[in-house]
Amino acid sequence: MDEARVIGIIILSAVITFSLRAFPFLIFRGKRRMPEHLVYLGNILPAAIMAVLIVYCLKDVAGSFEMYGVPQLTAVLVVAVSYKWKHNTFVSIILGTACNMILMQVLSV
Amino acid sequence: MSRNRDREITKQAFIKTIPIMCSYLFVSMAYGMMMEAAGFHWYYSLLVSLTVYTGAFQFVLITFLSSGVSFVTVGLTAFLMNSRQSFYSLTFLDEFRKMGKRLPYMIHTMTDETYAVNLTLESEGKEKEDTMFLIAFFSRCYWMIGTVAGGVLGQIIPFDLAGIDFCMTALFIIIFIDQWEKTKNHFPALIGVGVAVICLLVVGQKNFMLPALIIVSGILLFMRKNEEGRV
Repeated sequence: MDEARVIGIIILSAVITFSLRAFPFLIFRGKRRMPEHLVYLGNILPAAIMAVLIVYCLKDVAGSFEMYGVPQLTAVLVVAVSYKWKHNTFVSIILGTACNMILMQVLSV
Repeated sequence: MSRNRDREITKQAFIKTIPIMCSYLFVSMAYGMMMEAAGFHWYYSLLVSLTVYTGAFQFVLITFLSSGVSFVTVGLTAFLMNSRQSFYSLTFLDEFRKMGKRLPYMIHTMTDETYAVNLTLESEGKEKEDTMFLIAFFSRCYWMIGTVAGGVLGQIIPFDLAGIDFCMTALFIIIFIDQWEKTKNHFPALIGVGVAVICLLVVGQKNFMLPALIIVSGILLFMRKNEEGRV
């Protein structure tokens, strides 16, 4: 593990995150408000970013289908169906993660 | 009298944070365990939770820390994933400014959950300020406690943790479904999936994130321009 790199990445992330939280306090004084196109982007960007991140999480599926694809895609189904049904974050995360871990163990034997 | 008032405010703030407690303890424990499984002990997890303190991005950060991605990818992902925090700050500009010395802390501790709870507060003035501060404080404590507990548990748990990183995937799918159900415009979500899959297949597993994020934001901005042109 390259310690300097790890610390560097953590500091970079912390600085960017704090700046994003703080920047409206620096920019918007008095009557100045957020420009409309930024408000628009703020409304629609999160869903698109979350979609990219899900693909990022599942990127190993493209590499090795038997080893990662079967457990992960099954677990995705478990999470989506259980969440649609009960809308319980806790239950869906536990079920999906357990499903993935068990299938990985079974298939790697 | 004043001590009674403080106790009452503390109690109210704590009650307000109970849903946050359930969610944060669980998610941050999963985070601590995943960090441990990736080879980072609890003090690294605690350092990230203390300085970065943001839910979903911390999970993505684990994969960044253990892989060779560039600082540009880290920076852009942090920017895109956390830019929603700017919108939360907007709502509380005036109220946080009145809080003086507590302002930097209030800025740093704004999350999806504390934002949502702050919106439900009915009190006003000093009482509301104290309540918001305590909500931020309690929530942050839950996150730190869970982070360390998860890391320590990850060290002593007797079974193979391989595959535990799926809790991040599960969390993102749940957020995605929530966002899907809140809106009628599914185009951004579909663009996100489509572009990401194409980039994954074309560029490969290692480097597809950066082009995917840039192309998705580009397409969404371009669409907005077109809409303005028509009006």
